[in-house]
Amino acid sequence: MESSIFRFILRHSVRQQIVLTLMTLASFPFLYASLDLPKRIVNEAIAGKKLPESFLGFHLDQVTYLFVLCGLFLTLVLVNGAFKYVINTYKGRLGERMLRRLRYELYVRVLRFPLPRFRKMSSGEIIPMITAEVEPLGGFIGDAIAIPVFQGGTLLVYIAFIFVQDPVLGAAAVSLYPFQGWLIPRLQRKVNQLGKQRVRAMRQIADRIGETVSGIQEVHTHNTASWHLADLSHRLGDVYRIRFEIYQRKFFVKFLNNFINQLTPFFFYAIGGYLVIHGQLSFGALVAVLAAYKDLAAPWKELLDWYQQKEDNRIKYEQVVEQFHVPDLLAERLLQEEEDVPFTGSLSFRNVGFGEDGGSPILEGVTCDIPLDGHTALIGLGSGRDELAQLAARVLLPSSGQIRLGEHDYAELPESVTGRRAAYVGATPYLFSASLYDNLVYGLRHRPLRENGESEEEAERRKSRMTESVLSGNATDDVHADWIDYAAAGCDGPEDLKARILRVVTMVSLQDDVYGMGLNRTVDPEHRPDVAARVMEARDAMRAMMLNNPELGRLVERFDPDRYAVNATLAENLLFGTPVGPIFQTDALASNPYMLHVLDKVGLSDTILETGHKVAETMVELFAGLPPGHEFFERFSFIGFAELPEYQAILARTAKEGLEALRPEERTRLMTLPFKLIGARHRLGLMTPDLEKKLLQARHLFASDLPADLKHAVAFFDPEAYNAAASIQDNILFGKMVYGQAQVQSKVGRIVAELVDQLHLRDTIVEVGLDHPVGVAGSRLSAAQRQKAALARALLKRPDLLVLSEATSGLDTSSQSKVHSAILGERKGCGLVWVLQRAGLARAFERVIVMKDGRIAEHGRFDELNRPGTLLHELIAAE
Amino acid sequence: MSIAEEVNCLRRIPLFANIDTSKLKLLAFTSERLSFRSGDILFEQDEMGTCAYILLRGEAEVVIAGPGGPLAVATLGSNEIVGEIAILCDVPRTATVRASTDLEALCVPKDHFLQMIADFPQMGLEIMRSLAHRLEQTTVRLREVLAAQAT
Repeated sequence: MESSIFRFILRHSVRQQIVLTLMTLASFPFLYASLDLPKRIVNEAIAGKKLPESFLGFHLDQVTYLFVLCGLFLTLVLVNGAFKYVINTYKGRLGERMLRRLRYELYVRVLRFPLPRFRKMSSGEIIPMITAEVEPLGGFIGDAIAIPVFQGGTLLVYIAFIFVQDPVLGAAAVSLYPFQGWLIPRLQRKVNQLGKQRVRAMRQIADRIGETVSGIQEVHTHNTASWHLADLSHRLGDVYRIRFEIYQRKFFVKFLNNFINQLTPFFFYAIGGYLVIHGQLSFGALVAVLAAYKDLAAPWKELLDWYQQKEDNRIKYEQVVEQFHVPDLLAERLLQEEEDVPFTGSLSFRNVGFGEDGGSPILEGVTCDIPLDGHTALIGLGSGRDELAQLAARVLLPSSGQIRLGEHDYAELPESVTGRRAAYVGATPYLFSASLYDNLVYGLRHRPLRENGESEEEAERRKSRMTESVLSGNATDDVHADWIDYAAAGCDGPEDLKARILRVVTMVSLQDDVYGMGLNRTVDPEHRPDVAARVMEARDAMRAMMLNNPELGRLVERFDPDRYAVNATLAENLLFGTPVGPIFQTDALASNPYMLHVLDKVGLSDTILETGHKVAETMVELFAGLPPGHEFFERFSFIGFAELPEYQAILARTAKEGLEALRPEERTRLMTLPFKLIGARHRLGLMTPDLEKKLLQARHLFASDLPADLKHAVAFFDPEAYNAAASIQDNILFGKMVYGQAQVQSKVGRIVAELVDQLHLRDTIVEVGLDHPVGVAGSRLSAAQRQKAALARALLKRPDLLVLSEATSGLDTSSQSKVHSAILGERKGCGLVWVLQRAGLARAFERVIVMKDGRIAEHGRFDELNRPGTLLHELIAAE
Repeated sequence: MSIAEEVNCLRRIPLFANIDTSKLKLLAFTSERLSFRSGDILFEQDEMGTCAYILLRGEAEVVIAGPGGPLAVATLGSNEIVGEIAILCDVPRTATVRASTDLEALCVPKDHFLQMIADFPQMGLEIMRSLAHRLEQTTVRLREVLAAQAT
């Protein structure tokens, strides 16, 4: 990568810079003419002096001449405007392209960093460099050549003009330029240093903020917020000091420059005037030189501004680029080249060492053969096991010695070989913020393989995107194409892959988790009519089952349009559906005009208000004595701690003046409460048969009167229709679990599972579950689920060599042994290296490597090694 | 059964004899009421406990796993409390409790139970009394069983 910004600019945009300069120069005569013309309009056309006899062969009177000149003036204004528009657009586009190129190249570098580098450089530093720090460069790149050429040219023309008028005065006019040219860079140098300091300080701040975000739990655990605040305040103070100093110096440079510029006219007036008085210089010449000198000031100031801007941007560029100049960057061809080298025979480690510069070596003198058609266990004491595993998977590169694969140097193979034929799963794998499915097929996305079916318009758009990418030196692969390498997973298409994913998910014991995720997901029936239809079958089967077995009624209360559901909230009973969007959310119902209208019509408004009053009384009685922030407020109370005083005030008022005296917003407050009531759960004795009957009337009225524009805001419980706003489980149950039944959740779960299995619906639900978004870094999954998902991801691509490093440490013992035997079975006859937590597990492996403090202590067949006196024997005995 | 009735029920339990009605109401409101069919298990020996049960209606038997199979050691009736040992000492359940008739119980979560004991020392005394009483019963029952085995 170019080490200076000018080299970068010239290398990638020399042609555009020339075009830009030419365009700028071409605009110059028009600009000059438009400055000159007003003088002529005033002097010639309006004042009537020097009126030409004819213009382009036409005879003109004074007025016509005025209009001709004015017309010309307007044309020039347009031409100048057009020039400016074209040049600025061109500059902007050039700047954006170059910025895009720069960012892309920096990102490429990040991908090529050797992994140990990431222990020294945090994302908090890298991200602002690629995003914010280079941003101003885009604006400068368009000006980089054109401005100095244009303004410098202008300056030269004026200087030449003065010299022609009078060489002595000319020399006087430029006499201070050398001094300025010497002084200003000198002053600027200090500003540059400060600029560098500022960039470093900002980077550290970015790093600190990143650390705070990652370690936020520790901050709260240890009450260290003040310490962090003080630290940040101190750093912001540093930045303030630096910036303030920069301002002072920058404006001092400007001040000095202005002063020197005015010094010259001072000499002109003083010396030139003296010469004129003594008749040694003509008056006209002095005036001309003075006027010319005044014109010099503008380009000179522009040049100075440009110089300061250039220095600023030069430093920004250098500061960013030097961070990306890493000595042992991965060779570009390792990432780019397409090759295919099958993994056969064995991986031979010859005297391999690994360590970080400065630190003591983590691995030393490792010499062994790892068979690529058998299973190797890696156990031992001290450091180096995980590093050896990562070397075997080519995640790390050896710092000394060599690893050979047949006649190839393992470190020289491109990632198209190692990244497809080997896979590594560590103890804390990373999941990307996407659906579980996307994470599982992640290992199959190496190159775009098939174009997705696209319309002509889309194809057109894609083409123009590609052209633009080429112009900025970016990748031209289409991100929307189909990247999934089905063949790598041993499949012939999407359907086949789905089946294979289900098998792999089962292999790593993730199927129950995914099934659970699927049950809790909603499905858009228009998108997946097949799923909706199958779920409806399950609902029917559930109903049949409940009819046959009344015992089930104790566990699930089905929704019945003509019965009040005591296990649902009053709001659900009224809507008899799921709210879609904010309009009919429970908290908004008491202020929803349509809901109030319905309640009024069935004569329920007062009852709801009275019920709300009673609920408020009970809540105040129960919870008023608890300290603020008590978990009961969150878990049980209808009223939060902060709202308690307001409700207490309302209750006090009603005790004196009755419910009629309430203000409208107080009524709303009270009426909000009963909507959350669940008869079976809250047992407050407020739900009377009469109230339930009226609520049923309201339910029917609510549905029949619902205006068309509110229809989208609620998805009704319709026994015959799939509810798109409810989860699959809720769609199957079509009802509520009954409160107060022991273990109702697990019992119902079992019943649903049986039903799902009978209808062969499990695979469909698991498939829906695969759409579950895993959250940032997989945070919506448990640690064990993340490990299982990473194992599945590695198994799915069927690598020749699978390297696992304590990859099941987060699983409980029983699933651990299940997963172990499933993986050992799946990998029969294929390469497998496994760093094991317990030495006893090595029994199931053909070969064992026992490490001790970064060296191989012993290796060979398990039976040969497992005899008294060996480290393996000792390790097993110690368990 | 509404909260008011549950509170009446709780009032009859010696453990809660000296506690404010409003606190009992809070206890009832924040506790889940569970119904069990005859033969249903309230909790199994050796699992970790998260709540204690106050029997409102019906009967339950306490069973421990012995060398010769399960052994019924006590029968509990309404207004009695069971399962408090596991949440008091953070040990796994010491016995299995099974409903011997249809049963209604109030399930008091651990944190709430401990909070109430801290707030009302009288409750602590009552628990001691009830535990001592139960220990005595268990010892008597054990003696009977051993005597039966000896013959």
